[in-house]
Amino acid sequence: MIETRSRGRAVLVARYLALTIASLASIGPLVYMVLVSLKRNAFVLRGPADLFEGEFTLDNYAQVWQEGDIAVGFANSVVVAVVTTFLTLLLASMMAYALARFEFPGRRIVLGLILVELMVPAIMLLIPQFLLARDLHLLDSRLGLVLFYVGGNLAFITFLLLGFFRGIPAELEDAMRVDGAGAWRRYVSLILPVSRPALATAAIFAFLGSWDEYVWALTIINDPAQRTLPVGIALLSGTHMTDWGLTFAASVIALVPVLIVFLVFQRQFVNGIISGALKS
Amino acid sequence: MPRSTLAATRRSGAPTAGPGLNLPGRRSISPAYAFLLPGLAVFTLVMIVPTVQAFAISLTEWSVAPGRPSLFVGAQNYLTAVGDPVFWIALQNSGVYVVATVIPQMLLGLALAVALDRPLRGRAGFRALIYIPVISSWVVVSLLFRYLFGTDGGAVNALLAEPVDWFGGRWSAMFVIVLLGLWKGVGWAMLIFLAALQSVPAELREAAAVDGAGRLRRFWVVTIPAIRRTIVFVSILLVIGGFNVFISVKLMTDGGPSDLTQVPLTYLYRQAFNFLDFGYGSAIAFVLTVLVFALSVTQLRFTRRDDEESAA
Repeated sequence: MIETRSRGRAVLVARYLALTIASLASIGPLVYMVLVSLKRNAFVLRGPADLFEGEFTLDNYAQVWQEGDIAVGFANSVVVAVVTTFLTLLLASMMAYALARFEFPGRRIVLGLILVELMVPAIMLLIPQFLLARDLHLLDSRLGLVLFYVGGNLAFITFLLLGFFRGIPAELEDAMRVDGAGAWRRYVSLILPVSRPALATAAIFAFLGSWDEYVWALTIINDPAQRTLPVGIALLSGTHMTDWGLTFAASVIALVPVLIVFLVFQRQFVNGIISGALKS
Repeated sequence: MPRSTLAATRRSGAPTAGPGLNLPGRRSISPAYAFLLPGLAVFTLVMIVPTVQAFAISLTEWSVAPGRPSLFVGAQNYLTAVGDPVFWIALQNSGVYVVATVIPQMLLGLALAVALDRPLRGRAGFRALIYIPVISSWVVVSLLFRYLFGTDGGAVNALLAEPVDWFGGRWSAMFVIVLLGLWKGVGWAMLIFLAALQSVPAELREAAAVDGAGRLRRFWVVTIPAIRRTIVFVSILLVIGGFNVFISVKLMTDGGPSDLTQVPLTYLYRQAFNFLDFGYGSAIAFVLTVLVFALSVTQLRFTRRDDEESAA
């Protein structure tokens, strides 16, 4: 008995040890980044020991924001991510409603197309999408970002919502129909309100996906006025003498909204990842 | 939505059956299409049409000038790839990257999930901290690792007795690229494994404990088989993700020194968007897609066979 209890304690200690090491390893580099962003003249840093010489300041943040490119990138990223999220949710929830609640010719084909696009890697589409955006005169435009982000999100988000909509009891909808409510009203005042948790998960995915997106934005945007934050940050470090203090200040500015969304909506976040993962 | 469509959808009430089951009914046709159409139009334009084009472009010598016809060259771009040493280096590097990131991610992810499986003070905090690299932007963490391993004040070299020019050689650079992939991916594997572990019925483990099985044996005989599907699923997604490595390589080495750290995506990106060789770029993309798809199918086969064996 005593033996098992002490073994139980040893296991507990081992669990704490492993989790503590993993946590430190996970956030250590990011904490280091924040510290460097708080140092003036980060290029004279010769390693961790130098970090604690001299004072910490917010000068890099003020400078990188005032120089303009990062502020413009931040604004562009907010606009693109918000519009993308709204349109993704609207179009995907409408599609999911049609697929979950109606039988119609072509339904299986649409479901099949969605499944196929879930498996096609984004990079395979990069070249034809670029040519398409060029032909639609959407290069160098935020609309070009939004349109392709929404299209890229639709398969996964429709799939996610479809699973949730199917679980809504049909009796609720039947009762509304008896009262004379049409499909559009049932969608607006029944399906959407009861699906709030699933919509929140979908919104988080759509928002963070476009907030962090780099490859497509890098490919179609050249005009500095249209750049999003990830592209702006990558360019900060592209020059020969990178000012890492500035680069990391901009990086922290980009990371903070993500961390807030993650910490506030952790439950929806985790549920979404797991249900998304286990369903596919 | 325009009023006319709204009125049209309202006219016909749709009969619905139980969840997931739909009664066929002619009256239900029109509202469904109205709901489907806007999304499907966008989806078709920006996803389905490019999917169809992707292969077609790879069979051409693509003309960059709009309006000028592209030349059909058949398999020429694929033959170019076979004879291109950089393409083989890129494939080799991504193979190394996949092996070196996927296996440790699975082992560490599973170990951490086991450590978090039972109630523990601070569990939610640990889980959140370990997950933070996953939600961090690839751009940001790629620049961060470039700095940490850099020769101009990088923290890693400051801690080493002898500074290393990490990005100066193929394998030392690949080491950093792998390390970043591993660091950023462990939390995801952990989270999925944790969800799977928590759905293993407690009775199963208890039954094994009553039978006198020790912890390790219970884990091996009860837990692992119970989450085998998840293990395969995680391995498939990690392999797919590994072959899609791009941003970290682009921002840390951009394929250098002298193309030694190219991976297929950085190489196809250079061919397409620096050299404007869209045909060749598409061929590389298509080869990679087929390769990854074949690997996924093979991995799935493994579970199927296991299923049949355990059923027999």
